[in-house]
Formats: sequence, C-alpha cells, structure tokens
Amino acid sequence: MKKIVSLLSIIAFVSMFMLMACSSESATGTESNSDSTDQTDNNNTDTDNQEADANEPEEIIEIDWYYPIAVGGPLTQVIEKMADDFHADFPNIKVNPIYTGSYDETMTRTQTAVQGNNAPELAVLLSTELYTLLDMDAIIPLDELIEDNGGEEFINDFFPAFLENAQTGGSTYGIPFQRSTIVLYYNKEAFEEAGLDPEKGPENWDELVAYAEKLTQTDGNGNVERWGVEIPTSGFPYWLFQGFALQNGKNLMSDDGKEVYFDTPENVEALQLWLDLAHEYNVMPQDVIDWATVPSDFIEEKTAMIYHTTGNLTNIRNNAGFEFGVSFMPGNKQYGSPTGGGNFYIFKDVPEEKQQAAWEFVKWVSEPERAAQWSIDTGYVAVRESAYETELMAAYVEDFPQAAVARDQLEFASAELSTHQNGRVYKAINDNLQAAVVGQKTPEEALKDAQEEADRILAPFN
Amino acid sequence: MRKKWRSNQLKVNIYAWLLLLPSFIFLFLFTYLPIFQTLSLSFYRADLSIAEPIFTGLENFRLLMEDKVFWKVMTNNAIFALGTIPLSVGIGLIMALMVNRAIRGIGWVRTFFFYPVVIPMIAIANIWLFIYTPSYGLINQVLGFLQLPDINWLGSTSTVMIAMIIMVVWKEAGFFMIFYLAGLQNISKELSESAKIDGASSLMIFRKITFPLLMPTTLFVLIIAVTNSFKLVDHLVIMTQGGPNNASNLLLYYIYETAFSYWDQGYAATLTVVLLVMMLVFAVWQFFGLDRKIHYS
Amino acid sequence: MKRLVDLSMYILALLWVVPLAWLVVTAFQPKELATSLSPHFVFTLDNFRDAWEAAPFVTYYINTFIIVFGILAVQLVTATLAAYAFARLNFWGRDIIFILFLLQIMIPADILIFPNYNILRDLGILDTKLGIMIPYFATAFGIFLLRQTFKTIPFELDEAARLDGCNLLQIIWNVYVPLAKPTFIAFGLVSVSHHWSNFLWPLIVTNSVDNRPLTVGLSIFAKSFETGAQWGQVTAATFMVIFPLILAFFIFQKQFISSFMQSGIK
Repeated sequence: MKKIVSLLSIIAFVSMFMLMACSSESATGTESNSDSTDQTDNNNTDTDNQEADANEPEEIIEIDWYYPIAVGGPLTQVIEKMADDFHADFPNIKVNPIYTGSYDETMTRTQTAVQGNNAPELAVLLSTELYTLLDMDAIIPLDELIEDNGGEEFINDFFPAFLENAQTGGSTYGIPFQRSTIVLYYNKEAFEEAGLDPEKGPENWDELVAYAEKLTQTDGNGNVERWGVEIPTSGFPYWLFQGFALQNGKNLMSDDGKEVYFDTPENVEALQLWLDLAHEYNVMPQDVIDWATVPSDFIEEKTAMIYHTTGNLTNIRNNAGFEFGVSFMPGNKQYGSPTGGGNFYIFKDVPEEKQQAAWEFVKWVSEPERAAQWSIDTGYVAVRESAYETELMAAYVEDFPQAAVARDQLEFASAELSTHQNGRVYKAINDNLQAAVVGQKTPEEALKDAQEEADRILAPFN
Repeated sequence: MRKKWRSNQLKVNIYAWLLLLPSFIFLFLFTYLPIFQTLSLSFYRADLSIAEPIFTGLENFRLLMEDKVFWKVMTNNAIFALGTIPLSVGIGLIMALMVNRAIRGIGWVRTFFFYPVVIPMIAIANIWLFIYTPSYGLINQVLGFLQLPDINWLGSTSTVMIAMIIMVVWKEAGFFMIFYLAGLQNISKELSESAKIDGASSLMIFRKITFPLLMPTTLFVLIIAVTNSFKLVDHLVIMTQGGPNNASNLLLYYIYETAFSYWDQGYAATLTVVLLVMMLVFAVWQFFGLDRKIHYS
Repeated sequence: MKRLVDLSMYILALLWVVPLAWLVVTAFQPKELATSLSPHFVFTLDNFRDAWEAAPFVTYYINTFIIVFGILAVQLVTATLAAYAFARLNFWGRDIIFILFLLQIMIPADILIFPNYNILRDLGILDTKLGIMIPYFATAFGIFLLRQTFKTIPFELDEAARLDGCNLLQIIWNVYVPLAKPTFIAFGLVSVSHHWSNFLWPLIVTNSVDNRPLTVGLSIFAKSFETGAQWGQVTAATFMVIFPLILAFFIFQKQFISSFMQSGIK
C-alpha cells in the first residue's frame, strides 16, 4: 500500500513537472512545483539521516526525547538547558529534546512514530497512558535498570502516590517527572469577610458546605454575585470525581487496569454531595462548569473557593488581586486526591545502548537538586521526597508555603484513573457524570450506567 | 482521412488525460482511495487492544445500532441541521432583500452582515465562548442588567444546542445573503415595476414574482447549508467537547474522538461510512434530481 | 413601512456587529476590566504583548501563509489544466469523469479526516506543511468555476493562437488565463479565506510548533490546560488571528463580496 501511494505521488510530481516544462512562460506553475519537490526531498534526507544514525557505530550516542508542555512560561529554554547540562556531564550522550505540544498531541505523535517503526528513545507522556503503551507493546520495563542503580533505595525515594501509575504486575515502567494533584484554592479576604479563619480551608465535607454557604453572596434580587465554590465538570470530570471517591473510601479502579469500581454506595454518596452543592445548598453554579474558566472566575472573585490543579499555582499567584490560600481538598472518611501529570517512558524498538543512555538521562534529571529546581520553575510537585530536603526547595517553601500543600497532600493521594482502553472508559464515566450534573440521571443511575459501559469495554481484557 | 481523424482523436485524449492527471492523482489519493479504505476497514476490528486488525464482518455496524452515543449524535445532527438551515437561509434572504437597495450606508450594512463569513470558526468559538460564559459573559451581563437570572448556556443540556445554533446562524446568514444578492441582481426590475403599476403590494410581488424566481438560488444555498451542517464541528473542540453528556456532540466530532482519542480505527471507519453514505445519497439526489432545476443558465 | 424596514435593517446590522465590537473592546482593555460591562474604556496593548510573548505567533503566521498560498499556487495549476480539458477538449468519458470529479464538492476532504490521516501516515508526511496542504491540491470547485469561465471564451481566440504556433500550454497561459482573471481572483479569495480558517485537519496532522497554523495555535493557546482562559489574552490572540482577514476584507470589500457572489452563480 505504502509503495503504491508513494509511487503515485512521484508520478504526480514528475508529470506535473513535465507538463510545465514544455511551456516557457508558466512561471507560477514551475515555482509551486519545485516548492513541493523540495519538501519531499527534505523528508527523504530526514529519514536518510536517521537510518545512518542507527547503522553506524558512533562515539556519541544521540537520543530523541519527546516532551509536552502543559503549564505556561518559557519552559522550552529550561528543557534545552537541561539537555545541554547533561551533555556537559556525559559527553558521550546527546539528548535531543523535541517539543511535541500538549499531552494528547505528544501521545498521538508517539503512537504514530511507534507504528512507523520510528519510536523515540524517550518520551514524557501522561502517567495514565501506561496500559495503552503496554497494549501497543511500545515500552520496556525498567526493573533491571533500577536494580543496577540503587534498586529499592532509589525507587522508593519517589512519592508512592506517583509510582502507582508507573507500576503494574510487579514491574516499573515509568519514572515520575512532571506531576500534579488537585488542591483547593480559597480567597482569604472573602474568608475574613465571612468571619472564617483565613489561615485554613474547609477540612471536611460538612465544613465545605458550611463555608460555601457563608461565602455565597447574592444581590437584592436573589441573583448570585459570588459563589461559595466551583468544581469544574467539563472535559475530564472523572479526575475531580476521583477526589471525592478517594475521600469517601477507595480509588475507582484496580491495580491492573482491568476493573473499575464506579457504582459503589460510597461513590453514589460522594456524587450526591457534589450535586447537592449546586442543587440543595445553592453554593455552586448549576450544570456543567468549564475547566478553563474556573481559575478566571476565582481571579475575578466570582467564586470564593475552587478545586483545580496545583499546576495553576503560578497563574493564580501572578493574577489574583487578593490574598489567597491553598489547602487540601476537604476529606470525608479521609483526605484524598488523584495525581496527574506525566512520567518518563523508555521505548522498546531501539538499540539497547540507547535505552541505557536514555536511562542515564532519566536518572540524572531525577536527582533531588534537579527535581527541586524543576518544581520551582514549573509549579509541579517535586517527585522525590529527598528533593524537599534540599536547601533550594526548603528556601522556596519557606518563602511561599502554599507550594508545600500539594506535597503534604500526597500522603493521601492515589493514582489517576487509568485502565486498558483508557479513552473509552473516560468517555463512559465522563458522559455519565455530566448527565448527573445536568440532572438527566440520578447519581445511582449515572454510576450504574457508567459501570456497565466500562465493564463492557474492559471485557476483552478480563 | 479516417486514420488521421483517429490519430487526432487519440492526441486529444492523451492531452486531456495529461491535463487531468495532476488533479486526478490528488483526487485519487485523498477522495477515492480513502473512501474505499474506509469501507474496507469498517469490516475489521482495529483498536489498541489488538496488534493486527481482525475481520469481523458486520460486527461494527451491529455495535453502531446499539451505540447510544451514535444515535444521540445523529439526532443532534438532525436538530442542528433543522435549527440552522431554515433560520440562516431565511435571514440570509431577508438581509439580501434589505441591502439590495440604494440607500446611504448600505455598503456598511452589507459589510456587517457579511464579515462573520471570513472569520475562522475557531476564532468565532472563542468569541462566543466569552459571550456565553456564566455571570460575566456578554449575554448574562445583559440578563443581569435586566434583572433576569443567569443562564449557563453551554453547561446545560437544554440550552447548549440553541446556543450553538444561534452562533452558526450568525456566521452563515451573511454567506447566504451573498448568493441571494446575486440572484436578486439577475432578476429584471421591469417585472416588479410593472406589477407595482398594476397595484400589487410589495409582499405580493415578493411572493408571486421574486421568490419563485429565486428558487434556483434557494436550492443551491440549501445544498451548501446541508453540507456545512455536517462539516461544522470546529467550535466543539473549543466550547464543549461535545458535552454536557453529548448534548452538543455531532457525527464528525464523534468520528474525531473515536479515531484520535480512543484509537478505535475500525469503529471510526464505520462512523465515517455512515457519514459518507448520507453525503452520497444527498449528492445523488442533487445530481439527478435537483441539478436539472438549477441549471437554468 | 419603508421606515420600519430601514429600522429593522439597522438593528440587525448592529446585532451582527456586537460580537466583533465586544472582541475588540475586551482585547484592548486592561484585563481587570475585561469582565465588566462598564462604560469606562481604558486603552492598553498589554493583552497583545502577553499573548504575543506566551505563544509563537510569528511562526504560526508564517506557517499559515505558507500553507494558504502553497495550496492556492498548486490549486491554480491543477484546476486550470483540468478546467481547460473539461471546457475545450472532447475526450472519451468526459461527462462521467466530470461527475467523478464533482464528487469532491459533495464529499470534501474535511469529512474524510480519519482515512486521510492514514494515507498521510503511509506517505510518511504527518506533521509537515505538505501534509496539511496535499489533500486540497485538487479542487473540484475550482475546476468547475474555471470550466464555466473558459466555456465563455470565444473558440476563435484558441484557433488564432494555434495558428501562431502556440502549443496547448501556451494557449492556456496566453489566452485563457488572462481572460479568466476575475474568476481566478474570485477563486483565490474563496480558497485563501477557506484555508486560513481550516482547523480540524491541521489539528490532527500537526504536532509541532514548526508546522502549526494560526487556528490550531489559537485553540491550543485558548485551551491551555493549566492556566485556563485568560479572557484579555484570549481575545487579543483571537483578534490577531482574524485581523489580517478582517483588514483584507474591509479593504477589498467589493471584490470579496463579488467574488463570493460569482463563485455561487453557475
């Protein structure tokens, strides 16, 4: 198939060129023609180069690293510098960082590359892609590499919550890199106004309701001027819902990604509370709340509290015209939050020496000092406990204590929802959560339907 | 003599084919070939859980029948078409009638009606997202000013489709106005002038003369409108991602989700086949039914 | 009655211009004022500076230019050649092939996103500008439009050129192309504004900043996962994306409208 197609396109260009060649005056035609041929040429040289790389034994090992950027700021430079510094430390390895857009785009690009037998050596992808990558047979287990480099002691320094999505079936496949959790942001001035202690957020569900009721402001006509709390429900409501589920018992899926537990009584209760905030207590807007507008609403003081990712810390810090606090998401039976963000993966169809080189880089990047610096640069949670013991991090947290909340919450955090056929399972739970939010289904119905749908999707894996 | 004619004819054919070849190659690669590939892939199961596609016959089509989301998006496409087409075409006609006169400032009015056409859908989605935003969006600020309650336009299943339809009508009406304007300028003034002398009212002239003469334009516009109603999904990426609970999801967006979020290629192919069949049926109907009536010139 | 028509016309026009006005006002106001319908207007370019710094809009602009004009250049060539064949050459199977070509109007590449993605993968040109452009290189719409125009050109001119010793391509270039100039302009404007707006296809095909056009860049900017929607910046970015189009439209208003009109008349 591929051959036919490329043959045809060659015929296309050649025939166009020949047609135009007999005319002396068709300037536009020839121009556009050479343009297209140029581009094809470039592509050819690209592949040629890559092949040459793979075949010739070289002194310097080059590895490609696909990375996404999901937070604001000039992070490309930070990454480039990282690669340069590494090259200075390891002159025989050269890392080529390739910015590949958002997480989704990076995943798409990686999948395409793997299918085209052109896999990168290293990529940062969502921690939840683990099972998809395994189903594609794209990545290698890191156990031996870890064993050779400190073993248990090394890997156990990473926060266990971050490792949950990186390990399955007794093997480790990913190394945490840029990771986040959900936290509660609150407006300290609004707290003071409402007679609440501005130094701490609501600690449990009852307080959440009580605080939100005090914080909600209406005008003379009963129209709300400021909401008590906003919890986003667009795009990926499952992530927020996971927080509620964890606070009320346990996570939504099994460790092997083959089973989900959506329709437990605890989850129904949790979803009921979420809905009650809007419908029973009138402290949150009804219907779907857009993920992207929630931070703006908070900054504009249209809401006094929001649930959002720790990755938003820098944005809110730069833009809020008032004092704000950060706290754990309120717990019920316990505190709880899902983790989010991306891990390093090393790919299968590349020579072993390159895998080894990629591993050197991963290890180097994860050193406590660098993990600390990366956290400060980005707002992500530093992935290792020892990172917080560095002077650098200690000084930062001292100056900006809000930054430590996400770390402290990690003790209660758990893996983000991740299963085989991830996309479809997300759709099942997201659609049904939204159906409940807009009042089309009761919490029982919604979670039961989501469960049935997910069971059907996961049936081939059980 | 006959031989010469033959060789001449052969030459014409070769020339014709050489001239058509560049277009044909691209059409083959990106219109005909994909249609056949989609058709064949729709009989396979090809997703991330298996390494090689497995032939499953009509299994994908059976799944389609059971897929609630599929039926939801089909219904939505119908609502979207029924909501946008008559309104945008009707308003387009009214606009054309209004600006087809010589009064001061008419150029500006025409410009204002038409400019949404040249703005990319994705930019329009950004603008209208802000217009529809709860509490400080433009519409809700106006509602607030009138002491009316806030409406979560895009977040509620009951309003999200209406919001989309309003936006698309705003974008498309000016486009259709242009075609009607062209149509109106082809109608001779004398006919309506003499009718006016006979004492016919403006409304009467419109109903008996103008509108029937505009029929070919109306049919042409309807074709574009129907095709567009299947094509326009860019805004969903920005505004709702098909939510809440698929209330604003459309077939092409569902294909996009299935192919590029779930990587379920077999099913995406099946959905594409459905879209293709609908477009083809419409095309055939147009070629063999409508086209006769439009070819008036 | 006439008064009423006039009045409703102006109201409708006003209604139609509101979204643009709202966009402009928000983009040029400090972000603190972005969310209030206050009568005070404070002019600032801060939003533009922030947006400009936050995303590589220069690259996006260049990409869009290359893509849009690259498509147009190839389209003009392929469509002119094919249109001449359909208009003037009497070859076997012409009508059937013509209908086969017109199929592309009913089944545009826009709805074949999924299968075309696979073809691009097989060709190995995913995430290239060529990949974004290539499905649009053949244009049934352009062929159709030009064929209609070519048909109106007197055959005698064709004959005369032939007697002067022009070959086929020289005839097309010297006789048909100059006479069809208005149609070329009309088609060019429609093609450029169409592909400037194209979104879903480049979204799927591109992964890198180097190849991303403005529309995709804008959507990524507006939907930035962590920071959420910053209305001031988003409206400024939106304004930057539509500004060249709007400007071109306001300057070449007459040509634009008559181009679109012409493209609709058969």
